[in-house]
Amino acid sequence: MAYEITLLTTIAISVLFALSLNFISGFCGQISLGHAAFLGTGAYTSAMMTKASIPFLVTLPAAALSAAALGFIIGLTSLRVRHDFLAITTMGAGFLFVGIIRQQDFFGGEIGIAGIPATGLGRIGFMSLCMSLAALFALFSIAVRRSWMGFVFASIADNEDVTRILGINASAYKLIAFVIGTATAGVAGALYAHHFRFIGPDSFGFVESVSVLAMVIVGGIGSVTGIIFSAAILSVMPLMFQFIDDYKLLLYSALLFFMMRFSPDGLAGLFKRAFRKYAGERP
Amino acid sequence: MNNVLEVIDVTVRFGGVTAVAGANFTMKKGELLGFIGPNGAGKTTLMRVITGIVKPQEGHISLDERDLSSLSINERINCGLALAQQIVQPFQDMSLLDNVALACGSTKTRNAIKSMFYTDRSEERQRAAELLHMVGLEDAANSMPSTLPLGYLKRMEVARALALDPHLLLLDEPLAGLNQNEARGLADLIQTLNNNGQTILLIEHNLREVMRICPLLYVQDNGRPIAYGPSKEVMQIAEVRSAYLGKAE
Ligand SMILES: Nc1ncnc2c1ncn2[C@@H]1O[C@H](COP(=O)(O)OP(=O)(O)OP(=O)(O)O)[C@@H](O)[C@H]1O
Ligand SMILES: [Mg+2]
Repeated sequence: MAYEITLLTTIAISVLFALSLNFISGFCGQISLGHAAFLGTGAYTSAMMTKASIPFLVTLPAAALSAAALGFIIGLTSLRVRHDFLAITTMGAGFLFVGIIRQQDFFGGEIGIAGIPATGLGRIGFMSLCMSLAALFALFSIAVRRSWMGFVFASIADNEDVTRILGINASAYKLIAFVIGTATAGVAGALYAHHFRFIGPDSFGFVESVSVLAMVIVGGIGSVTGIIFSAAILSVMPLMFQFIDDYKLLLYSALLFFMMRFSPDGLAGLFKRAFRKYAGERP
Repeated sequence: MNNVLEVIDVTVRFGGVTAVAGANFTMKKGELLGFIGPNGAGKTTLMRVITGIVKPQEGHISLDERDLSSLSINERINCGLALAQQIVQPFQDMSLLDNVALACGSTKTRNAIKSMFYTDRSEERQRAAELLHMVGLEDAANSMPSTLPLGYLKRMEVARALALDPHLLLLDEPLAGLNQNEARGLADLIQTLNNNGQTILLIEHNLREVMRICPLLYVQDNGRPIAYGPSKEVMQIAEVRSAYLGKAE
Protein backbone atom coordinates (compact mmCIF):
# COMPACT_ATOMS: atom_id res chain seq x y z
CA MET A 1 0.00 0.00 0.00
CA ALA A 2 2.76 2.41 0.93
CA TYR A 3 4.38 1.82 -2.42
CA GLU A 4 1.16 2.59 -4.28
CA ILE A 5 0.72 5.79 -2.31
CA THR A 6 4.23 6.89 -3.22
CA LEU A 7 3.60 6.02 -6.84
CA LEU A 8 0.30 7.88 -7.05
CA THR A 9 1.78 10.90 -5.32
CA THR A 10 4.71 10.93 -7.74
CA ILE A 11 2.33 10.65 -10.67
CA ALA A 12 0.08 13.44 -9.42
CA ILE A 13 3.04 15.80 -8.99
CA SER A 14 4.34 14.93 -12.46
CA VAL A 15 0.93 15.49 -13.99
CA LEU A 16 0.65 18.89 -12.33
CA PHE A 17 4.15 19.81 -13.47
CA ALA A 18 3.53 18.62 -17.04
CA LEU A 19 0.20 20.45 -17.24
CA SER A 20 1.94 23.61 -16.04
CA LEU A 21 4.34 23.43 -18.98
CA ASN A 22 1.45 22.59 -21.26
CA PHE A 23 0.02 26.03 -20.52
CA ILE A 24 3.13 27.64 -21.97
CA SER A 25 4.28 25.19 -24.61
CA GLY A 26 1.05 23.36 -25.41
CA PHE A 27 -1.54 26.09 -25.42
CA CYS A 28 0.64 29.00 -26.40
CA GLY A 29 3.30 27.29 -28.51
CA GLN A 30 6.21 28.71 -26.52
CA ILE A 31 8.72 25.88 -26.26
CA SER A 32 10.57 26.01 -22.95
CA LEU A 33 13.65 23.94 -22.17
CA GLY A 34 14.14 25.33 -18.68
CA HIS A 35 10.87 24.62 -16.97
CA ALA A 36 12.49 22.65 -14.14
CA ALA A 37 13.89 25.95 -12.84
CA PHE A 38 10.37 26.95 -11.78
CA LEU A 39 9.76 23.59 -10.15
CA GLY A 40 13.01 24.26 -8.31
CA THR A 41 12.05 27.78 -7.32
CA GLY A 42 8.85 26.52 -5.75
CA ALA A 43 10.62 23.61 -4.12
CA TYR A 44 13.35 25.73 -2.52
CA THR A 45 10.90 28.41 -1.43
CA SER A 46 8.60 25.93 0.23
CA ALA A 47 11.32 23.73 1.74
CA MET A 48 13.16 26.65 3.30
CA MET A 49 9.94 27.98 4.73
CA THR A 50 8.81 24.72 6.29
CA LYS A 51 12.31 24.26 7.67
CA ALA A 52 11.76 27.62 9.36
CA SER A 53 8.60 26.10 10.88
CA ILE A 54 6.13 27.83 8.63
CA PRO A 55 3.08 25.61 8.01
CA PHE A 56 3.27 23.71 4.72
CA LEU A 57 -0.03 24.93 3.33
CA VAL A 58 1.07 28.53 3.81
CA THR A 59 4.16 27.85 1.73
CA LEU A 60 2.11 26.77 -1.30
CA PRO A 61 1.02 30.27 -2.33
CA ALA A 62 4.53 31.52 -1.54
CA ALA A 63 6.02 28.88 -3.84
CA ALA A 64 3.55 29.87 -6.56
CA LEU A 65 4.39 33.55 -6.14
CA SER A 66 8.16 33.14 -6.19
CA ALA A 67 8.06 30.89 -9.25
CA ALA A 68 5.63 33.23 -10.98
CA ALA A 69 7.83 36.23 -10.23
CA LEU A 70 10.77 34.49 -11.86
CA GLY A 71 8.48 33.31 -14.67
CA PHE A 72 7.31 36.86 -15.26
CA ILE A 73 10.87 38.12 -15.58
CA ILE A 74 11.93 35.32 -17.91
CA GLY A 75 8.68 35.67 -19.83
CA LEU A 76 9.32 39.38 -20.24
CA THR A 77 12.84 38.85 -21.52
CA SER A 78 11.59 36.07 -23.80
CA LEU A 79 8.92 38.17 -25.50
CA ARG A 80 11.25 39.22 -28.25
CA VAL A 81 12.63 35.79 -29.04
CA ARG A 82 10.81 32.98 -30.75
CA HIS A 83 11.01 29.34 -31.65
CA ASP A 84 14.54 27.96 -31.41
CA PHE A 85 15.83 31.09 -29.76
CA LEU A 86 13.15 30.87 -27.12
CA ALA A 87 14.17 27.27 -26.46
CA ILE A 88 17.77 28.40 -26.05
CA THR A 89 16.87 31.36 -23.83
CA THR A 90 14.77 29.25 -21.49
CA MET A 91 17.45 26.57 -21.47
CA GLY A 92 19.93 29.25 -20.43
CA ALA A 93 17.60 30.38 -17.65
CA GLY A 94 17.44 26.78 -16.46
CA PHE A 95 21.23 26.47 -16.33
CA LEU A 96 21.48 29.82 -14.60
CA PHE A 97 19.08 28.65 -11.92
CA VAL A 98 21.05 25.49 -11.21
CA GLY A 99 24.31 27.45 -11.32
CA ILE A 100 23.12 29.95 -8.74
CA ILE A 101 21.69 27.27 -6.43
CA ARG A 102 24.99 25.37 -6.61
CA GLN A 103 27.03 28.37 -5.62
CA GLN A 104 24.95 29.57 -2.70
CA ASP A 105 25.41 28.00 0.71
CA PHE A 106 22.19 29.74 1.62
CA PHE A 107 20.39 27.22 -0.61
CA GLY A 108 22.48 24.31 0.62
CA GLY A 109 24.89 24.50 -2.32
CA GLU A 110 25.88 21.19 -3.91
CA ILE A 111 24.53 19.24 -0.97
CA GLY A 112 21.02 20.57 -1.25
CA ILE A 113 18.43 20.65 1.47
CA ALA A 114 17.78 17.51 3.46
CA GLY A 115 15.45 16.80 6.33
CA ILE A 116 12.54 18.72 4.90
CA PRO A 117 9.79 18.36 7.52
CA ALA A 118 6.65 16.33 6.95
CA THR A 119 3.55 18.20 5.90
CA GLY A 120 1.46 17.03 8.80
CA LEU A 121 -1.19 15.80 6.38
CA GLY A 122 -0.23 12.14 6.59
CA ARG A 123 0.74 10.09 3.55
CA ILE A 124 -2.80 9.62 2.33
CA GLY A 125 -3.71 13.20 3.06
CA PHE A 126 -0.69 14.44 1.13
CA MET A 127 -1.44 12.12 -1.77
CA SER A 128 -5.01 13.38 -1.86
CA LEU A 129 -3.79 16.95 -1.86
CA CYS A 130 -1.47 16.27 -4.80
CA MET A 131 -4.17 14.47 -6.73
CA SER A 132 -6.74 17.17 -6.06
CA LEU A 133 -4.39 19.94 -7.16
CA ALA A 134 -3.54 18.05 -10.34
CA ALA A 135 -7.21 17.41 -11.06
CA LEU A 136 -8.15 21.01 -10.33
CA PHE A 137 -5.49 22.34 -12.63
CA ALA A 138 -6.52 19.88 -15.35
CA LEU A 139 -10.08 21.19 -15.13
CA PHE A 140 -8.84 24.77 -15.11
CA SER A 141 -6.73 24.02 -18.20
CA ILE A 142 -9.71 22.61 -20.04
CA ALA A 143 -11.82 25.63 -19.08
CA VAL A 144 -9.15 28.02 -20.29
CA ARG A 145 -8.73 26.16 -23.55
CA ARG A 146 -12.44 26.55 -24.21
CA SER A 147 -12.46 30.25 -23.35
CA TRP A 148 -11.51 33.17 -25.53
CA MET A 149 -8.14 33.14 -23.83
CA GLY A 150 -7.63 29.62 -25.16
CA PHE A 151 -8.81 30.77 -28.57
CA VAL A 152 -6.13 33.47 -28.59
CA PHE A 153 -3.49 31.07 -27.22
CA ALA A 154 -4.21 28.74 -30.13
CA SER A 155 -3.84 31.59 -32.59
CA ILE A 156 -0.50 32.60 -31.06
CA ALA A 157 0.76 29.03 -31.25
CA ASP A 158 -0.38 28.99 -34.87
CA ASN A 159 0.92 32.35 -36.04
CA GLU A 160 1.83 35.09 -33.61
CA ASP A 161 2.32 37.77 -36.27
CA VAL A 162 -1.20 37.31 -37.57
CA THR A 163 -2.57 37.43 -34.03
CA ARG A 164 -0.99 40.86 -33.65
CA ILE A 165 -2.28 42.01 -37.02
CA LEU A 166 -5.77 41.23 -35.72
CA GLY A 167 -5.23 43.80 -32.99
CA ILE A 168 -4.56 41.31 -30.22
CA ASN A 169 -1.86 42.05 -27.67
CA ALA A 170 -0.03 38.75 -28.10
CA SER A 171 2.67 39.74 -25.59
CA ALA A 172 0.14 40.13 -22.79
CA TYR A 173 -1.31 36.71 -23.53
CA LYS A 174 2.12 35.09 -23.65
CA LEU A 175 3.02 36.66 -20.32
CA ILE A 176 -0.18 35.37 -18.74
CA ALA A 177 0.60 31.88 -20.00
CA PHE A 178 4.09 32.18 -18.55
CA VAL A 179 2.85 33.41 -15.19
CA ILE A 180 0.12 30.78 -14.80
CA GLY A 181 2.42 28.01 -16.04
CA THR A 182 5.33 28.94 -13.81
CA ALA A 183 3.16 29.60 -10.74
CA THR A 184 1.74 26.12 -11.11
CA ALA A 185 5.21 24.66 -11.57
CA GLY A 186 6.09 26.39 -8.31
CA VAL A 187 3.23 24.64 -6.52
CA ALA A 188 4.33 21.34 -8.05
CA GLY A 189 7.82 22.11 -6.71
CA ALA A 190 6.53 22.63 -3.18
CA LEU A 191 4.77 19.26 -3.39
CA TYR A 192 7.91 17.68 -4.84
CA ALA A 193 10.08 18.94 -2.00
CA HIS A 194 7.74 17.57 0.64
CA HIS A 195 7.21 14.31 -1.16
CA PHE A 196 10.91 13.41 -1.40
CA ARG A 197 11.91 15.44 1.69
CA PHE A 198 15.20 16.18 0.00
CA ILE A 199 16.10 18.53 -2.84
CA GLY A 200 19.33 19.47 -4.54
CA PRO A 201 20.45 21.33 -7.64
CA ASP A 202 20.36 18.11 -9.69
CA SER A 203 16.66 17.66 -9.01
CA PHE A 204 15.89 20.65 -11.23
CA GLY A 205 18.41 20.49 -14.03
CA PHE A 206 18.28 20.07 -17.76
CA VAL A 207 17.25 16.40 -17.52
CA GLU A 208 14.08 17.33 -15.67
CA SER A 209 13.32 20.09 -18.17
CA VAL A 210 13.69 17.67 -21.06
CA SER A 211 11.63 15.02 -19.28
CA VAL A 212 8.71 17.34 -18.68
CA LEU A 213 8.84 18.62 -22.26
CA ALA A 214 8.80 14.99 -23.40
CA MET A 215 5.63 14.46 -21.31
CA VAL A 216 3.94 17.40 -22.99
CA ILE A 217 5.00 16.47 -26.50
CA VAL A 218 4.36 12.75 -26.14
CA GLY A 219 0.93 13.48 -24.66
CA GLY A 220 0.14 15.75 -27.57
CA ILE A 221 0.82 19.41 -27.36
CA GLY A 222 -2.23 21.08 -25.81
CA SER A 223 -4.16 17.87 -25.12
CA VAL A 224 -4.93 17.76 -21.39
CA THR A 225 -5.96 14.10 -21.23
CA GLY A 226 -3.07 13.00 -23.44
CA ILE A 227 -0.62 14.76 -21.17
CA ILE A 228 -2.12 13.25 -18.02
CA PHE A 229 -1.46 9.80 -19.50
CA SER A 230 2.01 10.52 -20.76
CA ALA A 231 3.04 12.24 -17.53
CA ALA A 232 1.78 9.26 -15.55
CA ILE A 233 3.64 6.75 -17.71
CA LEU A 234 6.86 8.70 -18.15
CA SER A 235 7.12 9.52 -14.44
CA VAL A 236 6.57 5.92 -13.36
CA MET A 237 8.93 4.27 -15.85
CA PRO A 238 12.16 5.50 -14.23
CA LEU A 239 10.91 4.28 -10.86
CA MET A 240 10.20 0.81 -12.21
CA PHE A 241 13.19 0.34 -14.44
CA GLN A 242 16.55 1.46 -13.17
CA PHE A 243 18.09 1.63 -16.64
CA ILE A 244 15.48 4.16 -17.75
CA ASP A 245 16.48 6.32 -14.81
CA ASP A 246 20.16 5.93 -15.72
CA TYR A 247 19.66 6.90 -19.33
CA LYS A 248 16.80 9.35 -18.81
CA LEU A 249 18.28 12.24 -20.76
CA LEU A 250 19.20 10.03 -23.70
CA LEU A 251 15.90 8.13 -23.76
CA TYR A 252 13.62 11.11 -23.26
CA SER A 253 15.52 13.22 -25.78
CA ALA A 254 15.21 10.40 -28.29
CA LEU A 255 11.50 10.14 -27.48
CA LEU A 256 11.13 13.87 -27.99
CA PHE A 257 12.90 13.65 -31.32
CA PHE A 258 10.84 10.73 -32.61
CA MET A 259 7.56 12.26 -31.50
CA MET A 260 8.35 15.57 -33.17
CA ARG A 261 9.49 13.78 -36.28
CA PHE A 262 6.72 11.20 -36.67
CA SER A 263 3.72 12.38 -34.66
CA PRO A 264 4.02 16.08 -33.85
CA ASP A 265 0.59 16.06 -32.24
CA GLY A 266 1.68 13.36 -29.83
CA LEU A 267 -0.15 10.27 -28.63
CA ALA A 268 -3.41 12.19 -28.66
CA GLY A 269 -2.93 12.74 -32.39
CA LEU A 270 -1.86 9.14 -32.92
CA PHE A 271 -5.03 7.91 -31.23
CA LYS A 272 -7.21 10.36 -33.10
CA ARG A 273 -5.86 9.23 -36.44
CA ALA A 274 -6.07 5.56 -35.51
CA PHE A 275 -9.64 6.02 -34.35
CA ARG A 276 -10.61 7.87 -37.51
CA LYS A 277 -9.11 5.10 -39.58
CA TYR A 278 -10.92 2.48 -37.55
CA ALA A 279 -14.20 4.41 -37.67
CA GLY A 280 -13.74 5.03 -41.37
CA GLU A 281 -13.18 1.37 -42.13
CA ARG A 282 -16.39 0.24 -40.52
CA PRO A 283 -19.21 -0.45 -42.97
CA MET B 1 -12.81 67.37 -43.89
CA ASN B 2 -10.43 65.41 -41.69
CA ASN B 3 -7.72 63.20 -43.09
CA VAL B 4 -8.09 59.54 -42.22
CA LEU B 5 -4.56 58.66 -43.28
CA GLU B 6 -1.46 60.77 -43.69
CA VAL B 7 1.74 59.28 -45.04
CA ILE B 8 4.45 61.88 -44.59
CA ASP B 9 7.90 61.59 -46.19
CA VAL B 10 8.26 57.91 -45.43
CA THR B 11 11.57 56.31 -46.36
CA VAL B 12 12.48 52.67 -45.74
CA ARG B 13 15.83 51.09 -46.46
CA PHE B 14 16.69 47.41 -46.20
CA GLY B 15 20.46 47.39 -46.13
CA GLY B 16 21.40 48.88 -49.48
CA VAL B 17 17.91 48.66 -50.96
CA THR B 18 15.70 51.71 -50.66
CA ALA B 19 12.27 50.11 -50.72
CA VAL B 20 10.31 53.31 -50.12
CA ALA B 21 11.75 56.76 -50.87
CA GLY B 22 9.83 59.76 -49.61
CA ALA B 23 6.31 58.40 -49.93
CA ASN B 24 3.74 61.11 -49.42
CA PHE B 25 -0.03 61.09 -49.66
CA THR B 26 -3.17 61.60 -47.64
CA MET B 27 -6.58 59.97 -47.68
CA LYS B 28 -9.85 61.56 -46.75
CA LYS B 29 -12.78 59.80 -45.19
CA GLY B 30 -14.74 57.72 -47.66
CA GLU B 31 -12.03 57.55 -50.31
CA LEU B 32 -11.09 54.48 -52.30
CA LEU B 33 -7.49 54.98 -53.35
CA GLY B 34 -5.80 52.62 -55.78
CA PHE B 35 -2.12 52.16 -54.99
CA ILE B 36 -0.23 50.81 -57.97
CA GLY B 37 3.31 50.34 -59.17
CA PRO B 38 5.46 47.65 -60.74
CA ASN B 39 6.76 44.65 -58.79
CA GLY B 40 9.20 45.68 -56.12
CA ALA B 41 7.93 49.27 -56.11
CA GLY B 42 7.66 49.16 -52.33
CA LYS B 43 3.88 48.99 -52.06
CA THR B 44 3.75 46.16 -49.56
CA THR B 45 6.56 47.74 -47.59
CA LEU B 46 4.59 50.98 -47.27
CA MET B 47 1.53 49.02 -46.13
CA ARG B 48 3.73 47.42 -43.50
CA VAL B 49 4.95 50.81 -42.38
CA ILE B 50 1.35 51.89 -41.90
CA THR B 51 0.56 48.85 -39.74
CA GLY B 52 3.86 49.05 -37.87
CA ILE B 53 5.35 45.77 -39.04
CA VAL B 54 8.21 47.72 -40.66
CA LYS B 55 9.75 50.75 -38.97
CA PRO B 56 10.64 53.52 -41.41
CA GLN B 57 14.03 55.24 -41.29
CA GLU B 58 12.32 58.57 -41.94
CA GLY B 59 8.85 60.00 -41.90
CA HIS B 60 5.70 59.12 -40.09
CA ILE B 61 2.12 57.97 -40.39
CA SER B 62 -0.97 59.37 -38.80
CA LEU B 63 -4.42 57.90 -38.60
CA ASP B 64 -7.40 60.13 -37.89
CA GLU B 65 -4.82 62.87 -37.17
CA ARG B 66 -3.09 60.82 -34.52
CA ASP B 67 0.61 60.07 -34.95
CA LEU B 68 1.10 56.30 -34.90
CA SER B 69 4.91 56.29 -34.56
CA SER B 70 5.06 55.19 -30.93
CA LEU B 71 2.36 52.53 -31.22
CA SER B 72 2.81 48.78 -31.58
CA ILE B 73 1.14 46.74 -34.31
CA ASN B 74 -1.85 45.71 -32.24
CA GLU B 75 -2.31 49.21 -30.84
CA ARG B 76 -2.43 50.59 -34.38
CA ILE B 77 -5.00 48.01 -35.39
CA ASN B 78 -7.07 49.03 -32.40
CA CYS B 79 -6.89 52.63 -33.58
CA GLY B 80 -8.92 51.57 -36.60
CA LEU B 81 -6.69 49.82 -39.13
CA ALA B 82 -7.14 46.43 -40.74
CA LEU B 83 -4.89 44.71 -43.24
CA ALA B 84 -5.54 41.89 -45.69
CA GLN B 85 -2.07 40.70 -46.55
CA GLN B 86 -0.65 39.93 -49.97
CA ILE B 87 0.76 36.63 -48.77
CA VAL B 88 -2.15 34.81 -47.17
CA GLN B 89 -1.61 33.75 -43.58
CA PRO B 90 -4.55 31.78 -42.31
CA PHE B 91 -4.40 30.14 -38.90
CA GLN B 92 -3.81 26.62 -40.19
CA ASP B 93 -5.40 24.76 -37.30
CA MET B 94 -8.69 26.66 -37.42
CA SER B 95 -11.60 26.53 -39.82
CA LEU B 96 -12.17 29.59 -42.00
CA LEU B 97 -15.09 30.45 -39.76
CA ASP B 98 -12.92 30.51 -36.63
CA ASN B 99 -10.20 32.42 -38.47
CA VAL B 100 -12.72 35.19 -38.99
CA ALA B 101 -14.56 34.72 -35.68
CA LEU B 102 -11.37 35.40 -33.70
CA ALA B 103 -11.11 38.78 -35.42
CA CYS B 104 -14.80 39.43 -34.67
CA GLY B 105 -14.15 38.99 -30.95
CA SER B 106 -12.02 42.06 -30.37
CA THR B 107 -14.19 43.21 -27.46
CA LYS B 108 -13.56 39.84 -25.80
CA THR B 109 -9.85 39.68 -26.55
CA ARG B 110 -8.87 43.28 -25.87
CA ASN B 111 -8.28 42.59 -22.18
CA ALA B 112 -6.17 39.46 -21.91
CA ILE B 113 -7.19 38.55 -18.37
CA LYS B 114 -10.90 39.09 -18.91
CA SER B 115 -10.79 36.90 -22.02
CA MET B 116 -10.62 33.92 -19.68
CA PHE B 117 -14.17 34.56 -18.54
CA TYR B 118 -15.77 34.55 -21.98
CA THR B 119 -16.58 31.22 -23.54
CA ASP B 120 -19.44 31.84 -25.91
CA ARG B 121 -18.40 32.18 -29.54
CA SER B 122 -21.81 31.97 -31.17
CA GLU B 123 -22.25 35.69 -31.77
CA GLU B 124 -18.81 36.03 -33.35
CA ARG B 125 -19.29 32.92 -35.42
CA GLN B 126 -22.55 34.26 -36.74
CA ARG B 127 -20.93 37.55 -37.69
CA ALA B 128 -18.05 35.60 -39.24
CA ALA B 129 -20.50 33.56 -41.29
CA GLU B 130 -22.06 36.78 -42.60
CA LEU B 131 -18.66 38.14 -43.59
CA LEU B 132 -17.69 34.89 -45.31
CA HIS B 133 -20.99 35.01 -47.14
CA MET B 134 -20.20 38.57 -48.20
CA VAL B 135 -16.95 37.47 -49.88
CA GLY B 136 -18.61 34.39 -51.40
CA LEU B 137 -17.15 31.77 -49.08
CA GLU B 138 -20.28 30.56 -47.29
CA ASP B 139 -19.70 27.02 -48.56
CA ALA B 140 -16.16 26.83 -47.24
CA ALA B 141 -16.83 28.21 -43.75
CA ASN B 142 -16.11 24.95 -41.99
CA SER B 143 -13.18 23.91 -44.16
CA MET B 144 -9.61 23.96 -42.95
CA PRO B 145 -7.34 26.40 -44.78
CA SER B 146 -4.92 23.72 -45.98
CA THR B 147 -7.68 22.15 -48.07
CA LEU B 148 -8.56 25.35 -49.93
CA PRO B 149 -7.16 27.06 -53.04
CA LEU B 150 -5.45 30.44 -52.91
CA GLY B 151 -8.48 32.31 -54.22
CA TYR B 152 -10.45 31.24 -51.15
CA LEU B 153 -7.74 32.20 -48.71
CA LYS B 154 -7.33 35.62 -50.31
CA ARG B 155 -10.99 36.28 -49.72
CA MET B 156 -10.77 34.95 -46.18
CA GLU B 157 -8.03 37.53 -45.58
CA VAL B 158 -10.45 40.23 -46.72
CA ALA B 159 -13.27 38.89 -44.55
CA ARG B 160 -10.93 38.74 -41.55
CA ALA B 161 -9.88 42.33 -42.11
CA LEU B 162 -13.50 43.43 -42.41
CA ALA B 163 -14.21 41.67 -39.13
CA LEU B 164 -12.17 44.34 -37.38
CA ASP B 165 -14.60 47.00 -38.53
CA PRO B 166 -11.78 49.41 -39.43
CA HIS B 167 -11.83 53.13 -40.20
CA LEU B 168 -9.26 52.41 -42.86
CA LEU B 169 -9.18 49.11 -44.71
CA LEU B 170 -5.83 48.18 -46.22
CA LEU B 171 -5.96 45.60 -48.99
CA ASP B 172 -2.75 44.22 -50.48
CA GLU B 173 -3.50 42.57 -53.81
CA PRO B 174 -6.79 40.99 -52.76
CA LEU B 175 -7.60 39.97 -56.33
CA ALA B 176 -4.42 38.01 -57.00
CA GLY B 177 -5.09 34.30 -57.34
CA LEU B 178 -8.77 34.83 -58.09
CA ASN B 179 -10.27 33.91 -61.45
CA GLN B 180 -11.89 36.62 -63.52
CA ASN B 181 -15.38 36.13 -62.11
CA GLU B 182 -14.17 35.95 -58.52
CA ALA B 183 -12.02 39.02 -59.05
CA ARG B 184 -14.91 40.95 -60.50
CA GLY B 185 -17.16 39.86 -57.62
CA LEU B 186 -14.65 40.91 -54.98
CA ALA B 187 -13.95 44.20 -56.76
CA ASP B 188 -17.69 44.85 -56.76
CA LEU B 189 -17.75 44.16 -53.04
CA ILE B 190 -14.87 46.58 -52.47
CA GLN B 191 -16.78 49.21 -54.40
CA THR B 192 -19.97 48.54 -52.44
CA LEU B 193 -18.15 48.79 -49.14
CA ASN B 194 -16.70 52.09 -50.30
CA ASN B 195 -20.11 53.36 -51.39
CA ASN B 196 -21.28 52.59 -47.87
CA GLY B 197 -18.62 54.89 -46.50
CA GLN B 198 -15.65 52.55 -45.94
CA THR B 199 -12.29 54.22 -46.56
CA ILE B 200 -10.05 51.82 -48.49
CA LEU B 201 -6.45 51.78 -49.64
CA LEU B 202 -6.15 49.15 -52.35
CA ILE B 203 -2.90 47.77 -53.72
CA GLU B 204 -3.67 45.85 -56.87
CA HIS B 205 -2.01 44.72 -60.09
CA ASN B 206 -5.28 43.94 -61.83
CA LEU B 207 -5.47 47.29 -63.62
CA ARG B 208 -8.73 46.55 -65.32
CA GLU B 209 -10.52 46.23 -61.97
CA VAL B 210 -8.54 49.07 -60.44
CA MET B 211 -9.55 51.43 -63.23
CA ARG B 212 -13.13 50.24 -62.94
CA ILE B 213 -13.56 50.86 -59.21
CA CYS B 214 -10.90 53.35 -58.03
CA PRO B 215 -11.58 57.04 -58.63
CA LEU B 216 -8.12 57.97 -57.36
CA LEU B 217 -4.67 56.54 -57.91
CA TYR B 218 -1.33 56.81 -56.19
CA VAL B 219 1.62 55.45 -58.17
CA GLN B 220 4.99 54.45 -56.84
CA ASP B 221 8.02 53.29 -58.80
CA ASN B 222 11.25 52.08 -57.24
CA GLY B 223 10.00 53.40 -53.94
CA ARG B 224 9.46 56.92 -55.28
CA PRO B 225 6.02 58.50 -55.58
CA ILE B 226 5.49 59.38 -59.23
CA ALA B 227 1.84 60.33 -59.50
CA TYR B 228 -1.31 61.01 -57.55
CA GLY B 229 -4.72 62.09 -58.76
CA PRO B 230 -7.89 61.04 -60.55
CA SER B 231 -7.30 57.66 -62.16
CA LYS B 232 -7.85 58.62 -65.80
CA GLU B 233 -5.52 61.60 -65.55
CA VAL B 234 -2.84 59.61 -63.78
CA MET B 235 -2.92 57.00 -66.49
CA GLN B 236 -2.17 59.67 -69.11
CA ILE B 237 1.11 60.65 -67.44
CA ALA B 238 4.04 59.43 -69.54
CA GLU B 239 6.14 58.44 -66.53
CA VAL B 240 3.36 56.26 -65.18
CA ARG B 241 2.85 54.59 -68.51
CA SER B 242 6.50 53.81 -68.96
CA ALA B 243 7.11 52.74 -65.38
CA TYR B 244 4.04 50.68 -64.91
CA LEU B 245 2.52 49.70 -68.21
CA GLY B 246 5.83 49.41 -70.01
CA LYS B 247 6.94 46.63 -67.68
CA ALA B 248 3.61 45.06 -66.94
CA GLU B 249 2.55 44.50 -70.53
N1 LIG C 1 12.10 42.38 -45.25
C1 LIG C 1 12.82 42.78 -46.33
N2 LIG C 1 14.17 42.70 -46.32
C2 LIG C 1 14.89 43.09 -47.38
N3 LIG C 1 14.37 43.60 -48.50
C3 LIG C 1 13.03 43.70 -48.59
C4 LIG C 1 12.18 43.29 -47.50
N4 LIG C 1 10.91 43.51 -47.87
C5 LIG C 1 10.94 44.02 -49.10
N5 LIG C 1 12.22 44.15 -49.55
C6 LIG C 1 12.63 44.70 -50.83
O1 LIG C 1 12.02 45.97 -50.94
C7 LIG C 1 11.59 46.19 -52.27
C8 LIG C 1 10.11 46.50 -52.27
O2 LIG C 1 9.39 45.32 -51.97
P1 LIG C 1 7.80 45.30 -51.78
O3 LIG C 1 7.43 43.94 -51.42
O4 LIG C 1 7.41 46.39 -50.89
O5 LIG C 1 7.30 45.62 -53.26
P2 LIG C 1 5.82 45.55 -53.85
O6 LIG C 1 5.58 46.84 -54.52
O7 LIG C 1 4.85 45.13 -52.84
O8 LIG C 1 5.97 44.41 -54.95
P3 LIG C 1 4.90 43.35 -55.47
O9 LIG C 1 4.04 44.09 -56.45
O10 LIG C 1 5.74 42.32 -56.15
O11 LIG C 1 4.17 42.83 -54.31
C9 LIG C 1 11.97 44.94 -53.05
O12 LIG C 1 13.19 45.21 -53.69
C10 LIG C 1 12.13 43.90 -52.00
O13 LIG C 1 13.07 42.94 -52.41
MG1 LIG D 1 3.60 43.55 -52.59
